[in-house]
Amino acid sequence: MADLTTDFCGILSPNPFWLASAPPTNTGDQVMRAFDAGWGGAVWKTLGNPIVNVSSRFGGLDYGSTRLAGLNNIELITDRPLEVNFREIREVKRRYPKHAVIASLMVETREEWREIILRAEDAGADGLELNFGCPHGMCERGMGSAVGNEPKVLEEIARWAVETARTPVIIKLTPNIGDITEPGEAVVRSGAHAISLINTVKSIMGVDLERMVPLPRVGNASTNGGYCGPAVKPIALHLLSQLSRHPQIRRLPISGIGGIANWRDAAEFIALGSTTVQVCTAVMHYGYRIVEDMIEGLSDYLDEHGMKSVSELVGKAVPQYQEWGDLDLSYRVVASIDERTCIGCQLCYVACLDGAHQCIHLPGRTEAEARAAGHTHIPAHVPDRVVNLGNAVGAGARVPFVDEDECIGCNLCALVCPVSGCITMKELPTGKPPETWNDRVQKGTDFVPGGLEATARARAAAR
Amino acid sequence: MHHDPHSMHLPEGRLEERFADKKPLYDPAEAVAEANRCLYCVDAPCIKACPTAIDIPTFIHKIATGNLKGAARTILGQNLLGASCGQVCPVEVLCAGACVYTGWGRDPIKIGRLQHHAVHEALAQKRDLLPLAPETGKKVALIGAGPASIAAAGWLALDGHRSVIFERKAIPGGLNTLGIAPYKMKGRAALEEIAWILELAAGRIELRTGVSVVEGTASDHEVSAADLLRDHDAVFLGLGLGADSALGVPGEDGPGVVGATAFIERLKADPTLTLDGVTRALVIGGGNTALDALHELSLLGVDVTMVYRRSEREMPGYEHELEAARVDGARLLENRVPVAVRREAGRAVGLLVAKALDGKPVVGTSEELPAELIVVAIGQSRATQVGLAFPGVALDGKGRVVVDPATHRTGNPRVYSGGDCVNGGKEVVNAVAEARIAVRAMSAMFKQGAT
Repeated sequence: MADLTTDFCGILSPNPFWLASAPPTNTGDQVMRAFDAGWGGAVWKTLGNPIVNVSSRFGGLDYGSTRLAGLNNIELITDRPLEVNFREIREVKRRYPKHAVIASLMVETREEWREIILRAEDAGADGLELNFGCPHGMCERGMGSAVGNEPKVLEEIARWAVETARTPVIIKLTPNIGDITEPGEAVVRSGAHAISLINTVKSIMGVDLERMVPLPRVGNASTNGGYCGPAVKPIALHLLSQLSRHPQIRRLPISGIGGIANWRDAAEFIALGSTTVQVCTAVMHYGYRIVEDMIEGLSDYLDEHGMKSVSELVGKAVPQYQEWGDLDLSYRVVASIDERTCIGCQLCYVACLDGAHQCIHLPGRTEAEARAAGHTHIPAHVPDRVVNLGNAVGAGARVPFVDEDECIGCNLCALVCPVSGCITMKELPTGKPPETWNDRVQKGTDFVPGGLEATARARAAAR
Repeated sequence: MHHDPHSMHLPEGRLEERFADKKPLYDPAEAVAEANRCLYCVDAPCIKACPTAIDIPTFIHKIATGNLKGAARTILGQNLLGASCGQVCPVEVLCAGACVYTGWGRDPIKIGRLQHHAVHEALAQKRDLLPLAPETGKKVALIGAGPASIAAAGWLALDGHRSVIFERKAIPGGLNTLGIAPYKMKGRAALEEIAWILELAAGRIELRTGVSVVEGTASDHEVSAADLLRDHDAVFLGLGLGADSALGVPGEDGPGVVGATAFIERLKADPTLTLDGVTRALVIGGGNTALDALHELSLLGVDVTMVYRRSEREMPGYEHELEAARVDGARLLENRVPVAVRREAGRAVGLLVAKALDGKPVVGTSEELPAELIVVAIGQSRATQVGLAFPGVALDGKGRVVVDPATHRTGNPRVYSGGDCVNGGKEVVNAVAEARIAVRAMSAMFKQGAT
């Protein structure tokens, strides 16, 4: 069995699965139950001067019958006295010395930072996560994402923390920023030890159309909240990758956060440069028990791929994340529909016809019918297939087919197909040598006819 | 109010009320969950399998988005009896049977239940969902108040025409009110739907129950064919089917032997019907009416066996209905032909049957099946003779009214027909589809005549 233990800038934990700073880590009782369930670490619900919260606080995004594809919240940091929190941290560390307990912190002044860091470390926290990410409520008071949005301020506060702290300082970043490498570089300059990201995305979950109040509703009004859950995962993976391929920032360990709900999500974050991962929404949805699958799935994955420890997986996919200009323009795939498994729903057909390149056709049509349906290219090759047997319909009558000459390999049909494995994208060797756009720029062949005259004139002048 | 309000009510204490719904109404969350399972196929096979060609994926998508009124419009625009059909359609052999999930070996979308849900919810909120044409001054007589005539009257009203429905019985709806297996739909639900159709356009539809159409001179509670043609711009014959056919075996006449549709009608409408003293029953036949009677009796706790003269494989009734009846305790005895009813002191006590080969009795193979109730479901006679009272109307060799399938017009250019009297006995949804064709043709005819 693969070794799942992790060393995150000196913070050790039995596995890379940490709970993110959020309601699941609000109390010592919760964190201890989470550790019993198998979680390797917990970032405590953000500590600071206690606040008051509103009711209600959460909003959910459903897609079809899938609940909580996304979740937003307008809850603030801890509403419990600091001493109670510190007493519980002390108790958790006493009972779970091998698990990671990170104190998430958010205060304003240098004196406050100093006091809270000393008290958190006194309570036994293994590390400190500076919450520079919260995009609602606290940022209006100059904290949270208000800090994360200002690299200079971020750097200064992080420096204060590093000066005081005896344990590692992790900076939690906000995704609500144009270029994530700016705060990332500020972290490097500050001397902080690690980064965690992403915090939640600024969001409004919807509108109550009867009351004309955005959601989640607090009486007759609402406010923007922080968005998380499976829907934000692609955004988080991108921002993570931006940091993990940055020549300086990549030297810091990163704890990945954003829509992680299972072992596969976790493995993807690790492959793109996370050392540990943090989970919140999936636990808020299903409870601590989901970690069993995460541990088991990641361990089996590592075993099956000959990796002895989780550290071998860290960053393995990063080199393959490149600029668009470095992608091979000679590579080509085309869609292939498996006649035997196709159920004839024709979702691929309509998706291609209305949303892509009109290269999927229905069998049994005349050219006139195909043109009337909206096809401008008539396929040269039509599969030889029985579509009508008198009144009866042949087995393949509803199975669409791909005009490979026209297919541009966009994936859309495969993405909408409800049958697993029915539509595959098969590689079609073009016989051309690999060539990227940047190669063309080098060679001066980065010009596609049919553009603007002004562009053509400028190019001619430059030559 | 043109109709007798008493005709729209069924009394308390009927056996029908004892039956639970096999497919109860969805609550909104159930409906949305099921709607979200629908793949929203393109040019969907379910639409093609629906006799009324309802755009099923579209109405299901609308349920999923919370657009219930739109869903009901999509359904009712094609099928005014969408609520009934959602409950009584044999979806297993129609839309759901064609669902791509079925071919995929997965549970098909519960299209009937979704349709029932959408129409029920929408009509509970807002009853005027469909566009209403201005009055044309045209007037149509509809003979019989079964699904064909009710649907036709609704579409005539939406098209701007007035109509009068003449129904021989005291209660309107035909088999939809009085013949549907109660675990599928109750009579009161059918009557509620009729009430909605009668209100589609205030005053455009008149329902006259307890009135028979006759060929010659009309007496009380009668109206003559000639008068109908004189007083209306067109006539629609929705005659349905006639009385249950008899076995024609000794001992048949008398208590304890009943026709299936007559029995089911009493079950649904007559509070005096009881099954006291009936512990064992036999249903004779192999069609869907036989299967309904079989299933109903088994649900009422009777030890019931269906006796069919051929093999299970040859039964015309739906396989899924036999399966469902069996789950509720009913049995099938195949390859048996009734020979005689045995009576003691006038009461039926058993049925003598012979073994059968290819549906024909084998001599010397008689056995007795004990039963206190014998339900005969071997078909219904025709009720189409009255059609002949209209000049130009013809019947085919099987007694069905002859129409042009494109218009459902009979040999008389002002007389149209649809439903069981034309198709020989199909589903409610077929009657609705035929009524729609007839109304389209009538409206076109009126328009042509006007220009």
